[in-house]
Amino acid sequence: MKKIVLMGNPNVGKSVVFTRLTGAHVIISNYPGTTVDYSQGTTCLDKEHVYIIDAPGTYSLEPSNRAEEVASTILNDADLVINVVDATNLERNLSLTLELLGRGKPLVIALNMWDEARHTGIEIDAAHLQELLHVPVIPTVAVTGEGIHNLAAQCIKTIPLPSAVILGEEERWARIGQITREVQKVTHRHHTLSDHISDATIRPVTGIPIACAVILFSFWFVVLFGEIWINHVTDPIFELYRPLVTALSGWIGTGFLSSVLIGVPVGGQINFEQSMGMLTTGLYIPFGVVLPFIIAFYIMAALLEDSGYLPRLATLTDTVFHRLGMHGYGIVPVFLGLGCNVPGALATRVLETRKQRFIAATLLAIAVPCMAKTSMIFGVLGQFGIQYVLIVFAALFIVYAVVGIILNRIIKGKCPEIFLEIPPYRWPQFSMVAKKTWMRLVAFVVEAVPFLFLGILFVNILYATGFLAWLGTLLSPLIEGWLGLPGTASAALLIGFLRKDLAIGMLLPLGMTPQQLVVAVTTLTMYFPCVGTFAVLFRELGPADLAKAIGVMIVTAFLVGGVMRFILMGL
Amino acid sequence: MPISISDLQEGVTATVRELRGGLGFQKQLRTMGIREGKTIRIVTRHPFGGPVVVDVDGKMTTLGRGIAGRILVEPQQ
Repeated sequence: MKKIVLMGNPNVGKSVVFTRLTGAHVIISNYPGTTVDYSQGTTCLDKEHVYIIDAPGTYSLEPSNRAEEVASTILNDADLVINVVDATNLERNLSLTLELLGRGKPLVIALNMWDEARHTGIEIDAAHLQELLHVPVIPTVAVTGEGIHNLAAQCIKTIPLPSAVILGEEERWARIGQITREVQKVTHRHHTLSDHISDATIRPVTGIPIACAVILFSFWFVVLFGEIWINHVTDPIFELYRPLVTALSGWIGTGFLSSVLIGVPVGGQINFEQSMGMLTTGLYIPFGVVLPFIIAFYIMAALLEDSGYLPRLATLTDTVFHRLGMHGYGIVPVFLGLGCNVPGALATRVLETRKQRFIAATLLAIAVPCMAKTSMIFGVLGQFGIQYVLIVFAALFIVYAVVGIILNRIIKGKCPEIFLEIPPYRWPQFSMVAKKTWMRLVAFVVEAVPFLFLGILFVNILYATGFLAWLGTLLSPLIEGWLGLPGTASAALLIGFLRKDLAIGMLLPLGMTPQQLVVAVTTLTMYFPCVGTFAVLFRELGPADLAKAIGVMIVTAFLVGGVMRFILMGL
Repeated sequence: MPISISDLQEGVTATVRELRGGLGFQKQLRTMGIREGKTIRIVTRHPFGGPVVVDVDGKMTTLGRGIAGRILVEPQQ
């Protein structure tokens, strides 16, 4: 099958072109580095099946980070390259184009964001560009689909091999200068409202208060939306479901099957949070507790991503992140990690060096609570008052900063500085936001529900075999002596490896004081990543670095848990 | 006499004269639009050794202070 590779600078719309060509759905945002791994799909162009790969964005074929390495490797097996070029930024983009031409692969240029270029007063003579480069140039507006048909038609034609002229750097820039002068006309334009907003959100004096407002608003939106959804949508649905599951419970009677499927009744009836059955807690936790917040979070995330706000936030936070061995772009894994640590861990690839990625990944797993962890924190502590929830978040925040500073000191390696292109602000499109939210929801359900079921099955087996009681005794010096928790809490810690949100149902029945719960929840959040994140970290860091990261996590979790115990409860 | 852009105040416009540092680094700057002869505007300079944001050809780029220090420019009047 013919292999077509999409190549281009970061944030030029390769993924949008990919979606348009294949009909496959991939995540698209308005910031450089959304595609850190490649996506692939097959499609049929005029009866011919082709294989299309969406490479991560790259400025050059001499890679300077992991995503660029991936892009450069993919290029080697390409039969045809579609070079996606940002028409609003022709001069810079042509550098990669000329490098690609030097590789001697058949090439088609998609001159994307054609409409935006025209609006900003840039006129490009596509026909003339085609003559100068000796390869087809197709103007496209991938977000609306304009020009994609032409592009697809061009891909099935036999494209003459470009003459592989390898230019030195100086010659290349001279050539680019010459080409841009010949094909591009720029009309000067005045500072628009969008430019003023752009400046205001990136300058510290105005930008920092705006950033605080945006973060507070986002948080408020997620909590409010989640609560409304739970009270008015999911809880009523589960109340309708209750008689059904109660009837089923009466029918299967008692025994192992009943405790696995239905669980233990609390106060004479099924308790969706605490019964720990697959059909009760196993359904209620993901759909009734976590999903509403996930929906809210991903809507908010999509709005922030697609508007182009994230790179500005990265600029504002750079000074702080730099002290932690990363740079401002370290905000991207944190931001995505607040939804789910799995995409967060993948996004550590936006950082350049091994040291930076190690710090980002370790801190992510320790101190960035995903929505499942956040639901657990609220689910367990919310009823005792918001102050207890805030203690946990404050502790996580402090741990992020302190562990970051320490890791930056002790880990050897380079910490390159921020070097980031800031995209223009764009209005998020409703259909894109909806689609992205939907894709992420599906990913959450597919990933979370099996582990929850598995976790519940596991708990019941461990409970039935007496393993949990034995473990409780074994760990009692640590759990009781050091953290000041009942020994039975060790079961929740153990199960936290599969799904942290399951711990809600396991901690609540133990009758602990709010202070004890704060210690338990903080330790549980930090001590180990969930199994999904663990798998991604294994791939991203390798076994040796993962072992180190886990060492840091366990030491930090129990150290901080112990310190909090002494602060909150005394000796 | 060219000076580095990390010494320029917010709002100043200048012409890029020289890039310092390794060849790979210089190349990276050029592919992101920062090249000899280009006009550069300082959008902002963050305090406490924070990044410098520049505007070249209507596109903004955030540069760490060390990177900014290796871009030498001549302020325009």
